[in-house]
Amino acid sequence: MLSRTADHLFWMARYMERAENTARILDVTYRLSLLPQNGQEVEAMWAGMLKIMELQDTFHAKHPAFTTEAVLEFMIFDRDNPGSIYRCLRATRENAHAVRGTLTSELWETSNATWLKMRDFSMAKMMETGPGAFFEWVKYRSHLSRGVTIGTMLQDEALRFIRLGTFLERADNTARILEVKYLNLLPGSESDVESTDYYQWSALLRSVSAFEVYRKVYRDHITPLRVAELLILRADMPRSLARCMKEVYSNLGRVANSRSAETERMAGELEAHLRFGRIERIFELGLRNYLEEFRDSIFDLGCRISDDFLIPASA
Amino acid sequence: MAITKFFNEMTADDGSVREHYAAYAKWLSDTPADRIARKRAEADSLFHRYGITFAVYGEESGTERLIPFDIIPRIIPAQEWKGLEAGMRQRVKALNAFIHDIYHDQEILKAGRIPKEQVLNNAQYRPEMQGVDVPCNVYAHIAGVDVVRAGAGEFYVLEDNLRVPSGVSYMLEDRRMMMRLFPELFASHRIAPVEHYPDMLLHTLRSVAPKGVDDPTVVVMTPGAYNSAYFEHAFLAQQMGVELVEGQDLFVRDDQVFMRTTQGPRRVDVIYRRVDDDFLDPTAFRKDSMIGVPGLLNAYRAGRVTLSNAIGTGVADDKSIYPYVPEMIRFYLGEEPILNNVPTYMCRKPEDLAYTLAHLPELVVKEVHGAGGYGMLVGPASTKEQIETFRKYLVANPEKYIAQPTLALSNCPTFVESGVAPRHLDLRPFVLSGSEMRLVPGGLTRVALREGSLVVNSSQGGGTKDTWVLEA
Repeated sequence: MLSRTADHLFWMARYMERAENTARILDVTYRLSLLPQNGQEVEAMWAGMLKIMELQDTFHAKHPAFTTEAVLEFMIFDRDNPGSIYRCLRATRENAHAVRGTLTSELWETSNATWLKMRDFSMAKMMETGPGAFFEWVKYRSHLSRGVTIGTMLQDEALRFIRLGTFLERADNTARILEVKYLNLLPGSESDVESTDYYQWSALLRSVSAFEVYRKVYRDHITPLRVAELLILRADMPRSLARCMKEVYSNLGRVANSRSAETERMAGELEAHLRFGRIERIFELGLRNYLEEFRDSIFDLGCRISDDFLIPASA
Repeated sequence: MAITKFFNEMTADDGSVREHYAAYAKWLSDTPADRIARKRAEADSLFHRYGITFAVYGEESGTERLIPFDIIPRIIPAQEWKGLEAGMRQRVKALNAFIHDIYHDQEILKAGRIPKEQVLNNAQYRPEMQGVDVPCNVYAHIAGVDVVRAGAGEFYVLEDNLRVPSGVSYMLEDRRMMMRLFPELFASHRIAPVEHYPDMLLHTLRSVAPKGVDDPTVVVMTPGAYNSAYFEHAFLAQQMGVELVEGQDLFVRDDQVFMRTTQGPRRVDVIYRRVDDDFLDPTAFRKDSMIGVPGLLNAYRAGRVTLSNAIGTGVADDKSIYPYVPEMIRFYLGEEPILNNVPTYMCRKPEDLAYTLAHLPELVVKEVHGAGGYGMLVGPASTKEQIETFRKYLVANPEKYIAQPTLALSNCPTFVESGVAPRHLDLRPFVLSGSEMRLVPGGLTRVALREGSLVVNSSQGGGTKDTWVLEA
């Protein structure tokens, strides 16, 4: 397969996944902002979220205050913000367009239709139905796109690079979602969670569609330690870091070429750490540091995949 | 404007429906208007969702436009198509013989049948191709010959497109759309299929691979996703199951062309390029080309890769060469042309210029190197000011123009805002030449949607229709 084609497929999948997770992060933060608290706390919460998404400065250059309205507008519709859902869906569609001949027509049409619909939304329109309905829509379009991918694409290299993009992006994003929560409220103890806190943790779980999963797996009340364990180490949880790395490692193995051995080894090492890791140990070392380091490794891995397969430096 | 009687594809002069349209006309009058309206809306939304659009230069991405699709087909009876097909084959055969001759012994120039300077001083003549042998001696593997019906119903060739003719994807998508919207029509008519075109194209491309290559790798080369015909490039690559490459995906080493893949370099043997000659190789042609491949011309001249179409085919489809095509047919094939040429005044000749200037309100004036319906004057449809502006152009640079009588293009009933009304149309069949010649029965029918307009180009508001060649 052409390197450039693989590159477009990889980024098409990353941007779709990013759009979905941005909707998830916004959704959880928006829900939390509705809990009883004062305006300053709400602004601090949005500021924290933007910091973790590395968009705080870009935002601040345009807006004086971190109000709910301004952040939503910035993160959903701002055409100058490369992290906005608008831009993610446009990039998804542009990458798909560049390789539409490699995609099944159903997959291309899904991506195209998502973009056409996105152009019809506006801030005013969205607020009419509430942001929740919009976030749902983004998630469903992403689900649909993933379903069409798996349901129609030949299981060849093209699919592998799409899956690589999906899981590498998701690994990064899940780590960020956890960080947002930890920035806002560091767990004081491992004891039972108090009422406000309960809502925060359950909102977090819901944002990654893991509330029911948590109940099913632990059959017990919600503790920060277990939430972290579920989202980091449980390989049977589809959005956990462990699951993501497992997928990244196995998909990498299937596209391996003569120069990718070290990249594969690095992915395998990360995957093994997650497979054999213990959550208590991670908490001892500090969860935030752990997550930041993990994201750095993911970033390196992305660069290496790019060098090995997508944009080979030499002919 | 003189009121001319136009040949109507569906109805004869006495108002009766022509035989080959009878079944369709009955269906149309029996079908409730609201069903038709629903189907037309459905077609629009499907074309949007499929992304069958053309990019409009200078607009934001995602603002591609649809080419309007009309649901009333253009129907051609079997016998008529037979004549057209024979004429097409004859013409493209002669044109390929001409290009080969020009880049080898130039017999036709020696025989004085075409003025030498007309060919050799033409900007489309590529001296780099002199003496280069190409597989099967074929240069224009894909030719799009524009024909119109005029007068009492006879066909004329308007132009031969031998560089990178486009539109075949619309021919295929229009058919797919008609079959989806109105399957019953395909049960009640014997319509010759066109869906195998990509298969024939792949077959043709493989047949012109460089000598000694057993299992050639074919690719489609596009200028990129922002090109106005990008949809078609992607479509054809997908339908043939070959890679769609950009210049940056290819490189040349030791006169061999390779593409960069995730598994390392891979050899490329045949490039169906949808990039103009000028942009193919920045080391040979335009230095500022960002979409070309350095070294491609040398690899091509060394016979290590086939370019389709060949470099330098423009020397045969230029509007200043067009008047000589009938002569080519006589010279190379020893036959009389089956299809008519439109009488053409070459403004570089003083007597032709004088005639043209004296008759501007009734002529069509075209730029010799123009395309896409830009830079032309349709005398009868123009204002005095427009005509006077063109007069100045003509006097300043007569060699840049040709003039032709305004043809009374045939028309066909078409859905427009006010209902169904006749609109003018043309037809572009696609002729494939490799180890043998092939063409699917049909082509792209373009229709000028503006009332009275004779310009069918999509860039000028033209639409398309499905083209049915009926089987005998």
